[in-house]
Formats: sequence, C-alpha cells, structure tokens
Amino acid sequence: MAVDALKLDNVTKNFSGTEIIRGLNLSVAKDERHAVIGPNGAGKSTAYNLITGRYQVSSGKVFLNGEDITNLQPYEVKRKGLSRSFQITNIFPKMSVFENVRCSLLWAMGYKYSFWHMVGSQSKLNNDAEEIIEELNLKDRRNTLAGVLSYAEQRALEIGITIAGGSEVILLDEPTAGMSVSETEYIVGLIRKVTEGKTLLVVEHDMGVVFDLADRISVLVYGEIIATGTPTEVKENQAVQEAYLGAAMEEH
Amino acid sequence: MTNYSMKNGAISSSVPWIISAVILIILPFIFTGGGSITIMNQIGITIVLAMSYNMLLGQGGMLSFGHAVYMGIGGFVAVHVMNIVENEYLWLPLPLLPLVGGLVGLGFATIIGSFSTRKAGTVFAMISLGIGELIAACCIIITVFFGGEEGISGDRTMAPPTFGIEFITQKEVYFLIAFWVLLSTFCMYLFTQTPVGKMANAVRDNPERAEFVGYSMRWVRYVSFCAAGFFAGIAGALFAINYEILTEQNLNLNMSFQVLLATYIGGVGFFLGPVFGAILFTLLQTVIGLQTDLWALYTGIVFILMVMFLPTGLTGLFAMHLIPLQLGRFGLLIKPYSKIFLPGLVFLLGTIALIELINHVRHHGEEQFMTLFWIEFDTRAFLPWILFSLMTIVGFYLSRIFAREVAEAWGEATYIEGERR
Repeated sequence: MAVDALKLDNVTKNFSGTEIIRGLNLSVAKDERHAVIGPNGAGKSTAYNLITGRYQVSSGKVFLNGEDITNLQPYEVKRKGLSRSFQITNIFPKMSVFENVRCSLLWAMGYKYSFWHMVGSQSKLNNDAEEIIEELNLKDRRNTLAGVLSYAEQRALEIGITIAGGSEVILLDEPTAGMSVSETEYIVGLIRKVTEGKTLLVVEHDMGVVFDLADRISVLVYGEIIATGTPTEVKENQAVQEAYLGAAMEEH
Repeated sequence: MTNYSMKNGAISSSVPWIISAVILIILPFIFTGGGSITIMNQIGITIVLAMSYNMLLGQGGMLSFGHAVYMGIGGFVAVHVMNIVENEYLWLPLPLLPLVGGLVGLGFATIIGSFSTRKAGTVFAMISLGIGELIAACCIIITVFFGGEEGISGDRTMAPPTFGIEFITQKEVYFLIAFWVLLSTFCMYLFTQTPVGKMANAVRDNPERAEFVGYSMRWVRYVSFCAAGFFAGIAGALFAINYEILTEQNLNLNMSFQVLLATYIGGVGFFLGPVFGAILFTLLQTVIGLQTDLWALYTGIVFILMVMFLPTGLTGLFAMHLIPLQLGRFGLLIKPYSKIFLPGLVFLLGTIALIELINHVRHHGEEQFMTLFWIEFDTRAFLPWILFSLMTIVGFYLSRIFAREVAEAWGEATYIEGERR
C-alpha cells in the first residue's frame, strides 16, 4: 500500500489541562482532496496548527509522506513540502502582490538566506511569480499593496502564497469564509486549478463547497474524528447527522 | 513590460547613483567654508549610521535603542588601529580604515545578534537598551580600551599616504567620507534587493507567515542585524577619521536616540528616508545649535510632530505629493498652500521668539538686551512680549482656518474615482 501523504496518529493537544484534541487519527492519501468539517470549536484550526508546527503536539505523531514531522518548526514543515493557508487572512500587507508571491517562492527555489543574488535579475523566479499572479487572476493588481486589496482578492493571494513553491501537500483553512456566492465560485475554481495533482486538505463550513470539492470527508467533533468517508457515506452516517449535520440544521 | 528586464533596469538604476556621485563631488566647491565642510562630513557620517539603523527599523521591523554601540565599537577600534599604524606595527592606508570599523561592527553584531534577534518587538528593544547601557558603562570601567572619560584619540595623518594624500585638510577627509557614504548606500541598496533583504520586509510585515513560506524569522532578522552592525561600524570608523577621537558619548543611549530621531524624521518607510533625516537632523544640531542652546528642544518638537501628524516622515511628505502630481491636480494645492504659508510662518516665528525670550530671561536675565533673527530688543519692555504673543495667537488662529482649506483641497487633489483607499 502506498504511503499516506499526510497521517495523524493518535494526536492529542492540551491547553493548560483542557484537552482540545483527543486522539486524532487521520489519513490523507496522495493526490486526494480531503475535507474536514465540524462545528465551531471542534478543533479544526487547532489540528492545522498542530500539523504545521504552530503549536506543539502533546502526544501522538504526525507523518508527511511517511516521514515524522511531529513538532518541527513551521519553516521546517514548509521546507518538507507541506504548505498551509489561514482562516484569518495572513499576507504581507505592506508589500505588493508581486512581492508577496515572489517571497513565497524564494525558499522553494533554493535562494535561502542569500545576500549575493539580486532578485530582480533572477528570470525564472520572476517568471514563476508572474505566472502564479496570472493564475490568481490578480494581474491588474500586480503592483498594488496587498493590504489594500479587496477581501476576496486577499483570500486569492492567501492561496497564491500557499501554493507558491510547489508544495505537494496543501492545507487550506476555510478558504471561502465570509464570501459572497460569486466570490465563492471564483475561489473554488481557483482551488481546483492550483491544487491539480496535489494532495489537498481543506477545512470548510460551506457544505456546498465541501461536497463539491472533496473526494473524502472527515467529521471532527470535540477533538475527535467521528466519521470518515466519501461525501455520500458521510451524509448518510447516523452519528454525523446527530452530532453535526443535525446541529447545523438547528442553527438555521 | 516587466520592470525587471535586466538591461533597461541596469541603465535606469545606475543614473541616480551617478547623479549622487556628481553632487557629492561638486558640493565642497559650492560650500567652500571650513565650517560647512565640517557639517557635511558630519552629515555623511550620520547618513551611513541612519541608513544602517533603517536596515533594522524600516526594513526589518526591529526597534533598537542601542544602535550607536556598533558605531562606537567600530570607531574605538578604528582609533586604536590608527595608533597602531602610526607606530608602524601595521601598514594600512587611511581610506581602508572604514572597512576595519565595519568588520568590527559586524563581529560585535554577530555576537549580540545571536541572542537578541530571537524575538522582535519589546524583547528585542529591551535587550538593545540593556546592551547599550552595558557598553556605555564599560566605557568608564575598561579604560585600557575605551580610555575612560577622556576617550581615545589618534592622528589620521600618520597613516601611509594614499596617492600622496595625507588627509590633513577637512576637504580631503570630505572626499574620503563621501566615497564611503556612496559605497555604503549602494551596498545597502543592493542588500534590499537580495532574497534575504526581501524576506526582511516580509518578516517585518508578518513574521509568522514568513515562517510558513519556509524562512526562520530569527535567521532573517539575524542576517539583517549583522549587516546593520557592519555599516554602523563603517560610520564609526568615518567618525574616528573625521574627529580623531572617540568617547563614551559616541556610543551611549543618548547617541542611539539621536540615530532613531534622525531616521524617523527622515522616514523609516523609505530607503532614502534616513538620508534626508540625517541632513535635517545634523543641520538642526549644528546650524541651529550655533544659534540657540535650545536645539534639542526644537528637534524634540519636530520629532513629536512627525510622530503625530506625519508618521511617514519627511520622505513620506514628498511621496504624498506625487499622487496629485501624477493626477495633474497639483494646481489645486497651490492656492491653499500659499494662503497658509504666511500665517504658518508668523505662528512659527512667534512661538520660537516666545520660547527664546523666556529662555533668555530665565538663564541670561542679567543681560537686558537680546538678539533674535538679527534684531536686538529690550527683554524688559512690554512690546516684544505682546508682539510675539500676538504673532503666536493670530498665526495659530489663521493657520487653523486655512488648514481646513488645505485639507479640502487635498481631498479633492487626491481623489480617485472608484479606488479603495
């Protein structure tokens, strides 16, 4: 059997004694589009923060392509080929769109802490950055400061920063949160396009997007995965309906 | 189409440097007085120091309260090396001395930066403050190196002559400093164009996200910090060459705050901001300093006003005006600007006169007459007091009225339809 692109093995997380994540097991196969759904406070973002080294894991292991990446620093996780976006837009606000994307490419293209290359004359780097901007549909915003873009544009840039550098495993955290219907369509189309041939893990509240995008879905409730399966399986799962989809219905 | 096409870029980007070089060469033939060359030398040194400081504050988002330390240490070693050269234990032409200062600054920054750049923000600022205080205290204690309160002095003219030049006159020193100012500025500019220079901006903007694109924020800060130490050391050696003496005052907290002030007044958000800041600050310090002992007060007021009303600094003020210029609406601003000019000037003169008058009465009360703006008057008469107060009040009142017109015109001149701002 092929090695899972991303695997969480009994991961737990305590915050000063309170267990937020209680024994999380998750396997994402290579090239799979996997969605994580769950009510607010279920620990979806915490799980992301544990995978990417933003928080330290209390116990358990995280594997990327079979390699143990538990408790590595965020930059080490990124260098190993896992990249993430954020629920709250997290870009470089005082830099232009172009600079944002170019900075996200630097490490992946091997420049490291170089102070002997002039970025302006690295044609491959600049061309790649231009291509990504074109893919994001932000070409006419190329020289605009990222901080003054519209919300949807910032979310697109957020995804651009995440996929720049060609990480094999992409984690997206609520990419369509707070968007209008047309903006959601734009972002979903963008996600499809830029994560082609990559492993995708996405946390999302919009069920339409989830059922549209995902090959498989995991349901996270109170720090535990209560079900994993294809969209149809999950929809029909009794436990899911009781714990989550039912609650989601009540909200409306 | 792309603005990095190499050929055009190289040509257009070399033009400003050639112009700068020409200006630097011409300057001493325009301002020929010994006094003005001394001031220009001081400006040059401050430019290098302020630009190196901006590598931390403006480019890297690190607020340091002890940047003068790296200049000071570089300067002290430079004086010692000058003395070693004088005793002929070492052969080193004077123009190469700044490199020694730079390497010393770099070495010291490598040590301090290894732990101080672990965190940015308050922690970094506090460590820099502590190091600043520590080294200033060492100056008094370790007299072998720092020379105690008298400091350490040397003689630059004892170095082997460079192409027959012995750097006896201020003008010769000016060209040495000008060369290093240009070279340092150019290198610092190149640094901003490197991967690590770009990532310094990214870490400043959003350190966490920088980590998620693969960079350790700490290492990015560390590299910037060392580079800033290097150029501060160069400034220190230039200081040593120019003044031939270094004392505790050149690296204490007061000096560090002066660097911060100069850089901020110029504008931390712009690469050339510190250049203008250094020029204005040094002029305040020297030219105004010769006229009044209150120069520090005026500098402080300028600083506070800048922080409150013009956080982008002097350069930001220029840059702001590019928008109406590009839109072709600069004309809208001319009328309101000329309207506010006179009342503003009256207010300014009135305020300065009042401050100077009070200072004179408080500190030189035994002298009945004082001279201000080349006019002598009786401080014990009523007229000057009433006149200056009136100027201040009326000037202020009218300025406020016209300020509204400026604000309106400004809004109109910079309005772009459909553009989010």
